[in-house]
Amino acid sequence: MCAVRSIEVMYRYDALDHQIVSERVEQFRDQTRRYLAGELTEDEFRPLRLQNGLYVQRHAPMLRVAIPYGLISARQLRKLAHIARKYDRGYGHFSTRQNLQYNWPRLEHVPEILAELATVEMHAIQTSGNCVRNITTDHFAGVAHDEVVDPRALAEILRQWSTFHPEFAYLPRKFKIALNGAKSDRAATFLHDIGLNFVTDAAGEIGIRVIVGGGMGRTPIIGHVIREFLPWQHMLTYVEAILRVYNRHGRRDNIYKARIKILVKALGVEEFARQVETEWEATRDSPSVIPQEEYDRVAAHFAPPGYEPPGDEDHALAFQLAADRAFSRWFERNVHDHRRPGYRAVTLSLKKPGVPPGDATAEQMDIVADLAERYSFGELRVSHEQNLILADVRERDLPELWRRSRAAGLATPSVGLLTNIVCCPGGDFCSLANAKSIPIAEAIQRRFDDLDYLHDIGELDLNISGCMNSCGHHHVGHIGILGVDKNGAEWYQVSIGGAQGINGDPALGQVIGPSFAAAEMPDVVDNLIGTYLGLRTAEERFIDTVRRLGLAPFRQRVYGKEAAVA
Amino acid sequence: MPDIIRNGRVEADDWDESALLTLAEWKARRHESMPEGTRVGVRLEPADDPAEIASDLDRLQLVAINFPRFADGRGYSCAVLLRTRYGYRGELRAIGDVGRDQLFCLKRSGFDAFALAPHRDPHAAAASLGDFSLRYQGSVDDPLPLFRKRLAMAPRGMHFASTAGAIPEENLP
Repeated sequence: MCAVRSIEVMYRYDALDHQIVSERVEQFRDQTRRYLAGELTEDEFRPLRLQNGLYVQRHAPMLRVAIPYGLISARQLRKLAHIARKYDRGYGHFSTRQNLQYNWPRLEHVPEILAELATVEMHAIQTSGNCVRNITTDHFAGVAHDEVVDPRALAEILRQWSTFHPEFAYLPRKFKIALNGAKSDRAATFLHDIGLNFVTDAAGEIGIRVIVGGGMGRTPIIGHVIREFLPWQHMLTYVEAILRVYNRHGRRDNIYKARIKILVKALGVEEFARQVETEWEATRDSPSVIPQEEYDRVAAHFAPPGYEPPGDEDHALAFQLAADRAFSRWFERNVHDHRRPGYRAVTLSLKKPGVPPGDATAEQMDIVADLAERYSFGELRVSHEQNLILADVRERDLPELWRRSRAAGLATPSVGLLTNIVCCPGGDFCSLANAKSIPIAEAIQRRFDDLDYLHDIGELDLNISGCMNSCGHHHVGHIGILGVDKNGAEWYQVSIGGAQGINGDPALGQVIGPSFAAAEMPDVVDNLIGTYLGLRTAEERFIDTVRRLGLAPFRQRVYGKEAAVA
Repeated sequence: MPDIIRNGRVEADDWDESALLTLAEWKARRHESMPEGTRVGVRLEPADDPAEIASDLDRLQLVAINFPRFADGRGYSCAVLLRTRYGYRGELRAIGDVGRDQLFCLKRSGFDAFALAPHRDPHAAAASLGDFSLRYQGSVDDPLPLFRKRLAMAPRGMHFASTAGAIPEENLP
């Protein structure tokens, strides 16, 4: 057994960072006081609370806590568990944007919650509202075997730059930026307002491929590359130029047409890029150019932890893999390659059937914090698939980690499989939703509870959103389910063929036909799977079969003959 | 006339907002000769392009940017452009739906005067000009990002002037 290791490989605040977050807590405390005293109207308070992650939901306010680029320490996770117990109902929901949401806090407690978060270098700044939101990135950043550039330091520099940016506090609409430094795009950079892909040129210099105007929501669009190689030192000046063009010219008359993707579409990619370049030429040599010294200062926080040299533990692992089917299944699905010999990254699953996807109890958070300290340098990540990742696990610790995480309900061996459902909180909690999403996820998980069958079906992303805002990313699910409202009743529209773009290009799913009642959904998924199993070639995944054959055979099976004619 | 906040202090307004010229009015009258000492103020709306008054700025004593709704943030970029791109040095005033909780960002974006909506108390509001004592990013009020100040504070860091926007040669691309 190894000793407890807890050197945090993450950005740590200095006195200046602490001061900014503390001043924000006091600012919001006063804003809340003025609202409760009637000095601020509902309309005046709304954008202020939203910029602090506070929504008013069906039952209570919802508070969204930022987990910058998905990176969190054991110490911080214990604080989240404590807040869940003290101010909420003992659990939290990890979202597709790598954040944590509390569904039951009281408004008057929120300033106190923010003060508690500040003690562990956390906040809820800009987790909603029409501003630059939490920056997201690859949950395997720093350990991925296919990584070209570790995106974490630049993600932190961008986080700081975007925090309370005075010019961009009232954008036409929310604004999401994702960073990726690996060959596979695990951050969906083509589906964000801005996607930044770090690349190297022939001389080994680091640059950024800049993608603009992607997004899901009502009008899903794959983003466009507007610059192939931007020297990394100009990341902030270039993003500023993009945001200035958007802030001035993005539509504000219709919230459904206010995202940057609509502006890019209306102007045309070339014209939009030309305007950005013109703006950038005027500002590129500002003090916002990132000095090497600042990059080095931040990057030092993400230096590799004290890895041990590889030992000769292969035998024990091989023995365990051969001897225990349940362990080998978990190993196959939830354990991932690591750039360092002798180490692996591990997914702790928040997809246990019967529990809303992404939900974790305070007890589980505490257990995960313990596991992170014992097995992974006290640090973990939130994935956009709503699971938790221990990024630096010694191979010899895998059997023990598996036993402990299984005992805590965190070892569902379904990563990449149909039941690893990505799902928004839906109509059970969210006031925007047209339909419930969690019961649909549960019904599908119940239907597909045979592990052998699931593994035979193979890789399949299933995503559920309760409304067009697409928080469940249904557009990029191999199977995507969208809750729709038909004359006040909840219906579900199904699309197939979407892809996040992790292996290959991203793609948007196509709707297969008229929507279904909730009770029909397990059968619909069953029929889609049945079609695939009947038609697949030996090496084909579900998505490959859809790409090869199109929608027709799936439609025919799901709707029967009449729809095939229609 | 209601008081305004100017340069951090609450004081009596010496302008009649109704006398401000719209962009169209200014463009129609910009070539008129005006009597010595005439004060001219122009009022811009969110969609107005500040480039249209860029060559007139030394003739204007006041540029007011209107916020029909405080959540319409175009005026922030307009102010940044007037101050940085076009070099306007005169009074830049935020008018319309302007409240206490916008003042900090407005000031950072280059506004030095604020006419709050009539029901709002400028004395209480002025306190929010100092909501934050530190800022991560550069803007009009202080073009140096926090990281350049950190470097200046570092024991063996490079030396930067505290207010100027200059960057040492070696940091330029």
